[in-house]
Amino acid sequence: MIEIKELHKSYKMGSNSLHVLKGINISIAEGELVAIMGSSGSGKSTLLNILGMLDVADTGDYTLDNVPIKDLNETKAAKYRNKFLGFVFQSFNLINYKSAMENVALPLYYQKVNRKERQKKALKYLEQVGLKEWASHLPSELSGGQKQRVAIARAMAAEPKVLLADEPTGALDSTTSYEVMDLIQKINDDGNTILIVTHEPDIADMCKRIVHLKDGVIVEDKKIEQVRASAYV
Amino acid sequence: MWLFDKDLWIEIFHTLGKNMFRTFLTMLGVIFAMIILVLLLGSANGMSNGFDKVFAGTASNSLFVWGQRTSEPYKGFERGRRIRYKIEDAEIIKKQIPEIEVLAPRIELGNHRGIVSVYRNGRTSGSAVYGDFPEIDNITKKKLVAGRFLNNTDIDNSKKVCVIGEETYKLLFDKGETAVGKDIRINGIFFTVVGIFKPNNNINIDGENAVFIPFTTFQKAFNSGDRMGWMAIAVEPTTEVKTVEKKIKDILKNKYDIHPDDERAIGSFDMSEIFNGITAFTNVLKGFSFFVGIFTLLAGVIAISNILLITVKERTKEIGIRRALGATPKVVKRQIVVEAIVLTAFAGLIGFSISVGILAVLNSLWGSGDDFPFVNPMVSIPQFTISFLLMVTLSVLIGLLPANRAIKVKPIEALREE
Repeated sequence: MIEIKELHKSYKMGSNSLHVLKGINISIAEGELVAIMGSSGSGKSTLLNILGMLDVADTGDYTLDNVPIKDLNETKAAKYRNKFLGFVFQSFNLINYKSAMENVALPLYYQKVNRKERQKKALKYLEQVGLKEWASHLPSELSGGQKQRVAIARAMAAEPKVLLADEPTGALDSTTSYEVMDLIQKINDDGNTILIVTHEPDIADMCKRIVHLKDGVIVEDKKIEQVRASAYV
Repeated sequence: MWLFDKDLWIEIFHTLGKNMFRTFLTMLGVIFAMIILVLLLGSANGMSNGFDKVFAGTASNSLFVWGQRTSEPYKGFERGRRIRYKIEDAEIIKKQIPEIEVLAPRIELGNHRGIVSVYRNGRTSGSAVYGDFPEIDNITKKKLVAGRFLNNTDIDNSKKVCVIGEETYKLLFDKGETAVGKDIRINGIFFTVVGIFKPNNNINIDGENAVFIPFTTFQKAFNSGDRMGWMAIAVEPTTEVKTVEKKIKDILKNKYDIHPDDERAIGSFDMSEIFNGITAFTNVLKGFSFFVGIFTLLAGVIAISNILLITVKERTKEIGIRRALGATPKVVKRQIVVEAIVLTAFAGLIGFSISVGILAVLNSLWGSGDDFPFVNPMVSIPQFTISFLLMVTLSVLIGLLPANRAIKVKPIEALREE
């Protein structure tokens, strides 16, 4: 699903250049649930941003679902993001004046799905995350865990190839974190490819594979025995 | 065509509607600007209409010609000779100058603007007495309070009738007394009153204390022979009064042996000059108010742009989310530009409605034009269309500014902002 070869990325900070990613090679197959771990400054978020086409690499190849991702301009990136990727963020990033359902329906709007279909799909995904009866509520009326579930529903609504989650449990307490992880595992059980950036070992243990980043290089890449979150819920 | 994309409009109204307070504040500038524009334009139009009403009843393209004394000796005549016209001059001039529409000769009793005693039942009025043709009514319209004006039968039969001014009526008759049918006496001769006129309140050439009698009656009653005092002349609307004035003067100078350079011998008054002056004034007023109004509107639209710029900054995150979810820069840009247009157009319409309401109130209070020239203050459809189109065009241009700002922010930076 994802092929990355010799990925380099550096940021210019005034006269200095900060080399963040120093040649990343990784291959992720369909249906994997991968945790990207590392301390802050290890480059894990940068890697996720490049995978999410929110940022571009300096050099290296990136292939997503057999499509080479290169020469991205904003329009092309937006289309790829819409078509291939679903995002879940640490701070949820719901649009605060739109109801849960409208938030979930938003990526479908950009896919030019018609209104009725959008609402139908949005409700379906909200039901999947167990928030159907909250459809008309604004984000401010939802708890943190509920917000993140809405965000996951939104990410899934576009039926992406890969779900990218940046510290999805970072703003949640452990019980809610496990609920969210339970949901993510269930989505993964349905065959969806998911990448999670996290620095919490217990969250990483709920994935099927852990990639350890340190100072811009992969120091460890191992498959693990998955801990089911449902055991804690 | 995106203009008919229902989803886009739903999205825009949703966004604007969910942020009512912000939307309202944004629109305030344009609402006020539109009010100012329409009020200014409407008032200028009202003033222009008011002046039109003042001059209604007076042929604007007209002039008056009378005789004075020569100021140059010529062909053996001394200077200071009094020029007296003959009734035949009117025919000669009319025949030679086809641009003249109406030519009404007049003669007055006594000297120019002379006052004559008019009697009735022991009462006296010092009035101006004119011998006139009915055509004079086409040049300076008389508002008749009672009865009728002179007509051609009066002229043909040299009837001893007269039309008197309101002032004359007040001096000679009791209040409320019927004057029509009663006799008044001028220089020992009785004339029957057939009408009372009120000067059309504004341009007043004849005065309020005046008596009009048929020209032919005047000739017989006061033995004026073929003399003619002055001429009121209406010129075709397409012809300049000045050129006709010159032609008339040339004919008269030639006929009465007046030195060609003698400017004083023939008196004349060009009515169109006053009109042109006032038309120029109202036009300047209209132009000025349009100018001021448009710039106020510009300021209002810039205010919208300004606030949109601020809200774009405030909405950086939202825009970042939208772009992460697949909104292309074009879509984001379009949304913000269309928001600017909708805000401006909507605000413009609100401002327009409010100001039209205010104008309607002003109109009902002072719009009759009796107290001062202010009639039917309203903007014309072309004026409104031009300002509205201008406003919307500006809003597109100005909406591009925040729109470009919005897409310049990379989604990743937008999302990082906490």
